[in-house]
Amino acid sequence: MTLKTLLTGATVALGVAAGAVTPAQAQDDKTKVGFIYVGPIGDGGWTYEHNEGRLAVEEHFGDKVETVYQESVPEGADATRAITQMALNGADLIFTTSFGYMDATVAVAEKFPDVKFEHATGYKTAPNVSTYSARFYEGRAIQGHIAGNMTKSNIVGYIASYPIPEVIRGINAAFIHARKANPEVEFKIIWAYTWFDPAKEADAATALIEQGADVILQHTDSTAPQAAAEKAGGVVTFGQASDMAEYKPFPRVSSIIDDWKPYYIARTQAVIDGTWESQQVWDGIGPGMVAIGEITDAVPAEVKEEALAMKDAITSGDYHPFTGPLKKQDGSDWLAEGETADDGTLLGMDFYVEGLDAEIPQ
Amino acid sequence: MMDLSSISPILLLASIMAASTPILLAAIGELVVERAGVLNLGVEGMMITGAICGFAFAVNTGSPALGFLAAALGGAALSLLFALLTQFALANQVASGLALTLFGLGLSALLGQGYVGIKPPPTTRLDIPVLSDIPFLGPVLFSHDAMVYIALALVAAVWAVLKYTRAGLILRAVGENHDAAHALGYKVVRVRVLAIAFGGGCAGLGGAYLSLVRVPQWTEGMTAGAGWIALALVVFASWKAGRVLLGAWLFGGVSVLQLNLQAAGVALPVEYLSMSPYLITILVLVIMSADRSRAPGSLTRIFHASQ
Repeated sequence: MTLKTLLTGATVALGVAAGAVTPAQAQDDKTKVGFIYVGPIGDGGWTYEHNEGRLAVEEHFGDKVETVYQESVPEGADATRAITQMALNGADLIFTTSFGYMDATVAVAEKFPDVKFEHATGYKTAPNVSTYSARFYEGRAIQGHIAGNMTKSNIVGYIASYPIPEVIRGINAAFIHARKANPEVEFKIIWAYTWFDPAKEADAATALIEQGADVILQHTDSTAPQAAAEKAGGVVTFGQASDMAEYKPFPRVSSIIDDWKPYYIARTQAVIDGTWESQQVWDGIGPGMVAIGEITDAVPAEVKEEALAMKDAITSGDYHPFTGPLKKQDGSDWLAEGETADDGTLLGMDFYVEGLDAEIPQ
Repeated sequence: MMDLSSISPILLLASIMAASTPILLAAIGELVVERAGVLNLGVEGMMITGAICGFAFAVNTGSPALGFLAAALGGAALSLLFALLTQFALANQVASGLALTLFGLGLSALLGQGYVGIKPPPTTRLDIPVLSDIPFLGPVLFSHDAMVYIALALVAAVWAVLKYTRAGLILRAVGENHDAAHALGYKVVRVRVLAIAFGGGCAGLGGAYLSLVRVPQWTEGMTAGAGWIALALVVFASWKAGRVLLGAWLFGGVSVLQLNLQAAGVALPVEYLSMSPYLITILVLVIMSADRSRAPGSLTRIFHASQ
C-alpha cells in the first residue's frame, strides 16, 4: 500500500518533470535554496550543522532568498522523489547533504538543467552538479592523538557508519595518530550501517565499552554514544560533526565541528550573480570548513598543547595527517618517508593502514 | 583479533533485555489492537510521543516512574485520535495509521525542543535481596530495572486474558467477526477503542524505555523505525503473545550480539552480521507459523452497526 502510493507519487512527479517546460523560478525573483537532510535537524550532529548553514543563508540574504528543507530523507529511491519534488517546487539551488544521495542527485540534475545541485561528500559531478566536502580526517588526526594519550585500557572503540572512503579515512587518520602517541593502542570497530539510529548507536557504544574500550570515537550522527558513555562513566568521547557541547567537559573532551555556513552563503551568492559553476571543493581546518571544538580540562595539559600544535601545523599546511612512512594493512608500501598522500588516493580510500587489526566490509 | 573472551555473557544478556524491551512493549500492545480487528500503523508515532512525554515528565518531576506513567498516557491519548478517526468517522485504518505516525513524529519534535542534551533521572535497577546474589543467574535474571519485569508481566497477562477470560473471548470475537459479535450484543466500537488505547499506552511505554533507559536522552526521531519492527513482529508471530516475546528476544538479542561479535573481531562478514537480526527473527517465526494460524477475520474491516 505505502509502496504503491509512493511509486505512484514518484511516477506522477517524474511525468510532470519530463513535461515541465517553464524553467523553475519563473514566478518570482526570490532565489529558492533547498536542502535535503538524512536525519532530523534535532540530531545534534551532522544534520544539525547543515541546518545551521541554511539558517545562516536566510540571515545573510534576508528577503532575497527563500529556503526550504526536508528532513529524514532515506538514501536511495525515496531521495530521488524528494529532490525531484524540491526542483519542481521551484528551487534554484539544492544541497543534498549525504553520501547516499549521490546517484539520485545526478539523476534528478539531468532532468532539471536549469537548477544547480550541490552534493555533499560525493564524487560525481555534472555541468549543474558540484560536490563539496570537508577534510574531516584532519580533525580525526587530532582526536587520535588525544585518544591514544588518554586510553588506559589501550582499547579505543570506533562506531563506524558505512564502509565508504570518508569513513575509512577517518579511521586511518585517527589510528595513525593514536598509535604514534601510544604504540600499545588497539582499535575495535563496529559498523552500524546507519547514519542515525540513537538506540543502535547507544548499543554499539555499550558493546565497545563492555569489551574494554575507554575511548569512543563515532562516525554516526546522534549524541546517543555520548549518553551511553556518560552512563557507563570514565569513558572519553568526542563531538562528531557538531560540538555536542552539552556533554562537556566530560565525557566529551573535544569535537570536530563542520562549518558549512560560509560555503552555503558563497554558493547562494554565485547563483544570484549567475556565476555558479560546477566544481569540487574539499576544504579542511585551514579554510575553516572543519573546526576543532574546545579541548576541555579533562585532557592533560601537555596533551592538549600537543593537540593544539598539531592543529596549528595542519592549518598552516606544515603538516599533513597522512605523511610517510606509512604502509598499508597488508604490509605493502604506501607512502615513503616525508611523502604525503594525494587527494585522489584519499578520496577513493578503500584500505586500512598497517597495524589495524580488522577488515573493511566489502 | 578474534577474542570471544572479551564478551561478558552477563553484561551481554543484560544488554539484550534492554534492547528487547521497547519492541516487546510496542508489539504486545499492537497484538491486542489487531486481535480486536484493528490495524494501527501508527505505532512509530505513538512510541516517539511516549518517548518525549516520558522524558519530559521524568526530567521535570525527577521520577522515572511518573515519566513512564506519562508516556503511557501520552501514547494512549494519541491513539484515541486514531480511534476517533477509524471507529467514529469510519476512516480507512491504513491511511489513518500512517497519518498518526507522521503526526506523532512532528508532535514529538515540537514537544522535545527544550529537552535536547538533558540527562534524565536514572532508572534504578531492582536489587532483589538473595536472588540478585545468586552467581550468574542473579545478575542475568534478577537485577534489571522494573520496566523489564513489567513488560514480561504484560505479555503474560495479555496471553492469559486472551486465552482464559471472558473479556479475552469477547475481544477475540470482535476481531474475528464483528457482525456476529454485534448481533450477540457486544459493544464492538467500545471494545475496539479500549484495545486501541491499550496499544497506544504500551507503545508509549516502549518509547519511554528508549529515552529513559536504553539511550538515555531525547533526540528527535530517536525511535528510528522501532515501531515498524514491532508491527512486523506481530504479523510474523501469528498474533500470539508467546511468539511476540520470542521474536522480541530474538531480534533484540541478535542485534546486540552482532554488535558484540563485531567489536570482538569475529571473522564473519560484517554485512551478514548486520542483517542477521532481521533474517533470523523472520526465519524462526515463519517456520513456527507453518501451523495454519491466520490473521483475525475482521482485521482492517470497518464496522458500522447499520451494516
